[in-house]
Amino acid sequence: MKANCWFGAGDVRVEQVPDPTILNRRDVILKVTSTAICGSDLHLYNGLMPTMKAGDILGHEFMGEVVEVGSEINNLQVGDRVVTAFPIACGRCLSCRKELFSLCENSNPNAWMAEKMLGHSPAGIFGYSHMLGGFAGGQAEYARVPFADVGTIKIPSGIPDEQVLFLSDIFPTGYMAAENCQIQPGDTIAIWGCGPVGQFAIRSAFLLGAERVIAIDRFPDRLRMAQAGGAEVMNYEEEEVYDRLMEMTGGRGPDACIDAVGMEAHGPGVLAVYDRMKQAVKLESDRPYALRQAIMSCKNGGIVSIIGVYSGFIDKFPIGSIMNRSLTIKTGQAHVQRYMGPLLEKIQRGEIDPSVIITHRMRLDDAPQAFATFNRKDDHCMKVVLTP
Amino acid sequence: MERQDTGGSTTLDQPFVTEPHSTAATKRSRSRVHSRGNRHELSSDDSHERLAETLGWFSLGLGLAELFAPRAVARMVGLQNDHRLLLRASGLREITMGFGILSQRRPAGWMWSRVAGDTIDLALLGTALVSSQGSRKRTAAAILAVAGIAAVDCFASRQLSRMVGWTSDDGAILVKKSILIDSSPEALYLFWRDFQNLSRFTEHVESVAIYDRHQSHWTVKGPAGYRVEWNAEITQDEPNRKIAWRTTSQADIRHTGSVEFTPSPGGRGTIVRVEMAYDVPAGILGASVAKLFGTEPGQQIQSDLRRLKQILEVGEVLRSDGSLHGKGILQQRPAQPAERHA
Repeated sequence: MKANCWFGAGDVRVEQVPDPTILNRRDVILKVTSTAICGSDLHLYNGLMPTMKAGDILGHEFMGEVVEVGSEINNLQVGDRVVTAFPIACGRCLSCRKELFSLCENSNPNAWMAEKMLGHSPAGIFGYSHMLGGFAGGQAEYARVPFADVGTIKIPSGIPDEQVLFLSDIFPTGYMAAENCQIQPGDTIAIWGCGPVGQFAIRSAFLLGAERVIAIDRFPDRLRMAQAGGAEVMNYEEEEVYDRLMEMTGGRGPDACIDAVGMEAHGPGVLAVYDRMKQAVKLESDRPYALRQAIMSCKNGGIVSIIGVYSGFIDKFPIGSIMNRSLTIKTGQAHVQRYMGPLLEKIQRGEIDPSVIITHRMRLDDAPQAFATFNRKDDHCMKVVLTP
Repeated sequence: MERQDTGGSTTLDQPFVTEPHSTAATKRSRSRVHSRGNRHELSSDDSHERLAETLGWFSLGLGLAELFAPRAVARMVGLQNDHRLLLRASGLREITMGFGILSQRRPAGWMWSRVAGDTIDLALLGTALVSSQGSRKRTAAAILAVAGIAAVDCFASRQLSRMVGWTSDDGAILVKKSILIDSSPEALYLFWRDFQNLSRFTEHVESVAIYDRHQSHWTVKGPAGYRVEWNAEITQDEPNRKIAWRTTSQADIRHTGSVEFTPSPGGRGTIVRVEMAYDVPAGILGASVAKLFGTEPGQQIQSDLRRLKQILEVGEVLRSDGSLHGKGILQQRPAQPAERHA
C-alpha cells in the first residue's frame, strides 16, 4: 500500500510499504477513506519530537471502512464505517475506567522511553514517535487499529466524511479545552491560537455557555474564521494582548484562558527571540510564549486550560503568578473516546459543522506538498484533508 | 486571655494523627519496611564519601593540568608532544568527572566513570609503551601509578554502589521493581506460581521445565543472542503472598529473586513487587552500559511487569510495528507494517 512516511525534519515521502495485518485480537484493519494533517504533525515535520525513526508512517486523524476484524471484536463488522480516536486505549485499566483514555496504562509498548522523558507514560498514539508506542499512522491506504472496539465510533451512512473526520482528534480536543474551563454563565474565555483546535475551542466554549470568547492570533484569515464562530478577535502583532484584554474585561482578566498554540509559539519582543534561540540550540524543548501570556492575563482564581502540545521543558515559567493568584491549570491530551459519541450527536443535530475549517482537499500522493503548504501557512492553509 | 487547646498538644516526637487501631497487619508491614531500609543510609561513617571527594579533587587537578599544560604532563608520563590534543580531551573528561563527583554526596555513577576513564588511560599508555617512542621508563611508571589509582577508584565505586543500594553486601546487583495490576493477589499468585507462564510475559525467558514442586530448569535469551540456562529452586512459597527462589549450582547467571503480591488500598488491584539480586558479568559497569540501550535488568523487569499487567488486564500483550523486534532504542524498526511471513 501507499503511506506517508517521515524521513527527517522537513522530509516526508509517500512510499510503497507492506499492508497492515492483525497483530492483536482486538485489532481491526481499516481501508482509509479520509485522513487529515494535524497541527501537531508539524512538530514531527519540524523535527521537534524525539524518538522518531526514518520510515515511520504519520497520521493520527483518520477514518475508513472496516475490512478485517480481530477474533475478540464483537461490536464491529467488515463494511462498517468508523472514525478512529487518536489515543490508543484498552478501555479496561484503572485510567480507562475513569475515562482518562489518553492515559491508558496498557497501550504503549515503549512506555519506558516516555517514562525517561515524562516521568510516567501516557497512552500510545498513532504515528506519533516511538516514545508513544511506535504505532503506524493513518496517512495511508490501510491502517491497523488496536483496541478498535473502544477506539472507534460507527458512523451512520448519509453523513459525509468531512463532517465527522475531526471526531478523531481536533473537535474533541477543542471541546475538552473548553470543558476544562468549567464555564459558568456570564464567563469570558480568551483563546490563544485560532488554528483548527482553537476554532473548535471557540465554538465549544459557546456550546458550553460562555458569554464572550476572545480569540488571539496573527493571521487575518484565521481571525476572520474565529469571528464567524462568534468570537471577538485580536491580532497580537497589532495590539498589546495583556492591555487590550484588561480593557475588555474591566481589568479583571478573562475567567479562563485556553492555550491552543503549544510548543511552537510565535510572539513579538525579546522573550520570543530568547525562546527561539534556546529551542534552536536544544536548551529548551518548547517555546511557551503564548502560555506565559495566558497565565499573566487570567483573572485571579481563574483557570488556564492548556491544550496546545508541549513535549518537554520550558523556561521562565511564571509559577509565582500561578501560586499567588490561585490559578488552576487543567490540561492533557484529549480523552477522545469520552467525547466521540456526544459530539457525533451534536453534529447530527446540526449544532456544529466541523467541515467549515477545511481549506485544502488533496490526494494522499500529495502529502509532502500538503505538509510544506500547511507548515508555511501558505495559501491561507488551515486544515488539509487527504484522500487515498 | 488564655488560649484554649481543643485537641491534645503535639510535640515533635508524637505523631500528628493518632491511629485508632494498629492492626497486626500494619505492624507487620511497617517492620518489613524498616528492615528493608538501607542500613548504610543512617551510618555516620562517611569515610567512603570523603575518599570519593578526594578523588573528585584529584580529577579536577589532573584535568586542569592536562588541559592547560599538556606538554608538561606528556613529558612526565614519557609521551611525545604530538599527543597534546588527546591529553587536552582527556583533561576535559577529568574535569567533567571531577565536577560530577563533587556535586553529589554519593557519586556512585561518576566514580564508575572514573574506573572507565582509568581503563582508557591504561590502554593508551600501554599503546605508547609498545610503540617505543618517548621514554619507556616514565611510561611504565605512569602505568603503575594509573593502575594504583584505578584500584582505589574501583574500591570506592564498589563501596558507594553498595551505599546507594545498587548492589548487595556481596557485590550482587540489586533490582527492585513494582507495578499495580487490576487483579487479585490470588489470581496473580496462581498465574506466577505456574512458572511456565513466565515465558508469556518476560521477553527473555524462552522456556521453563518444571522438575517438581520446588525444582525447575530455565532457558533464557542472554545478551547478543546467546542462551543462558540455570536450575532454580523455590525457597519460600506463601500462597497468595510471596514466592522466592534462587539458582542452584552451575547457573550461567547466579541470582536470587522474589515476588510479592500486596492488595492496594481502596480496591485498586494488587501491587506486584519483584526483587532480584544478580551476579552480572562486568558488574555495575556492564549494567550501566546495558542501561543506555534499554536492556539492563531493571529495565527488563519493569517491561516484563508491564506485559504481565497487559495479560492480566486485557488478555494479551499489545504489539506495535515499531517495537516488534524489542523495546530498546536500537531494536526499534520503522513504525510501518512488517513484511508478511509466508
